[in-house]
Amino acid sequence: MARHVVAAAGEIAPGGRKLVTLSGREIGIFNHDGEYFALLNRCPHQGGALCKGTLVGVVTSPQPGRFDYSRPGELLKCPWHGWAYDIRTGQSWCDPNDTKVKSYEVTVEPGATLAKGPFVAETFAVSVEQDYIVVEV
Amino acid sequence: MSPDDIRTIGTATLDRGNEGAAPRTKLRVIDCDVHHAMRSPADLRPYLSKRWRDHLYSYGNRRPVPFMASSPYPKSAPALSRTDSWPPNGGPPGSDLDFMREQLLDRYNIEYGMLHLLSPEGMDQRNQDFGNAVCRAVNQWQYEHWTQPEPRLKAAIKIPGEDTEAAVAEIEHWAGNKDFVQVAMVTHTIEPLGRRRYWPIYEAAARHNLPVALHTSGYNGHAVTGTGWPSYYAEEHHEVAISQQALTTSLVCEGVFERYPGLKVVIVEAGFAWVPSLAWRLDRQWARMRDEVPHLTRAPSDYIRKHMWFSTQQADEPERPEDLRDVLDWIGWDRMLFATDYPHWDMDNPELVFKCRMSEAESRMIYAGNARAVYGLG
Repeated sequence: MARHVVAAAGEIAPGGRKLVTLSGREIGIFNHDGEYFALLNRCPHQGGALCKGTLVGVVTSPQPGRFDYSRPGELLKCPWHGWAYDIRTGQSWCDPNDTKVKSYEVTVEPGATLAKGPFVAETFAVSVEQDYIVVEV
Repeated sequence: MSPDDIRTIGTATLDRGNEGAAPRTKLRVIDCDVHHAMRSPADLRPYLSKRWRDHLYSYGNRRPVPFMASSPYPKSAPALSRTDSWPPNGGPPGSDLDFMREQLLDRYNIEYGMLHLLSPEGMDQRNQDFGNAVCRAVNQWQYEHWTQPEPRLKAAIKIPGEDTEAAVAEIEHWAGNKDFVQVAMVTHTIEPLGRRRYWPIYEAAARHNLPVALHTSGYNGHAVTGTGWPSYYAEEHHEVAISQQALTTSLVCEGVFERYPGLKVVIVEAGFAWVPSLAWRLDRQWARMRDEVPHLTRAPSDYIRKHMWFSTQQADEPERPEDLRDVLDWIGWDRMLFATDYPHWDMDNPELVFKCRMSEAESRMIYAGNARAVYGLG
């Protein structure tokens, strides 16, 4: 396991995302209203580039003719077959018992802490004055 | 958030996500359902005579449904396509040959791709003379823009199947041209496709040893099944498979295969797990009512197994993947033709679609060998 600095805090806008490659894995980092989540960019169903998909909410219905819309922006839909995953956990919405996309721990840490290491940041010069988004892979 | 906002960091450029040009597998694939598209409807114009250009301008495409620029169902995704399949240089999915090479042909090691053009559709036109002109135009367009520049791509002769005489003339015009490996008709037709009005088409196709490809498509003004118009795309998307069962039943029971023993029919984009149960039921009826259909000298399942091939997409996905082997055993591993349906949203990835065991021989048959045989490819 290594901790990778992937962006300066503020670089990914709320509702936005960034794709990175860490230890050979393509990973999408998502900012959901200030919370960060990271998922592997590969749909477990048929291999689509999941992290390029659309962020949607959850539509449920207590009975025909009524519906509720909740958790906007917390489900990620694969660009291919539309399989949706919870960005918080990677759990599949289509097949919750058997399918999960790999998720990674994301933290926001002050540059002063990171400067002490160890961390990996191929293209980053970390300044002690700023906060950074860190993914553990 | 648009995918355009994705940025890169670190050691690799990721603006293409999982789409690298290099194939990740040695599996050789013949893809029996690839969708190309015109960049704009205006692309058709140079291939129409002045008379039909004027007609298109004044009257447009008119099909037997009240939707002229769309389909009656929402199709799940814009242009019915993977959201990552819009070419970077513009135009709709499937309209850019270079991007198709990168995203499909090179990426998945596709030896040949069988093109199925869905729009514009000549066979759906209410004005049959215009429909005939559309078929000739799209065939010439396919030849110049797709099969000549890219020898891996093979076209189907689009025919105006509701006008049998014109349909046969279109087959005769292209037969012998190696860029065209099959004849294509829509499946939602004015009458069931086994009816005799369509037989001259089968005669011509069989005489030229061209399979007839029946890709789920077309609007005949009727609901997709006989039970009325479904409300949701989730229904319609499945019910096209039911319409293909009706079509198969018609071809068998009308005696088409008895009359044209050399005829090969390829069912495209309807899944396949329905084939055994349909054949069992037809065999049972035939055993009891042979005097009603005395022209059938063999059991319906026999005609299906000898004359019909089935493209795999959308591959059925049973909860127990191994159940699929039973289905494939029954239909026959030599009857199945792998298809992606690229760039449509429900495409199958050749590397991941089948979760059941397959021997190397079975895999070679499904992914390329059967297609090579049925289309006579070298």
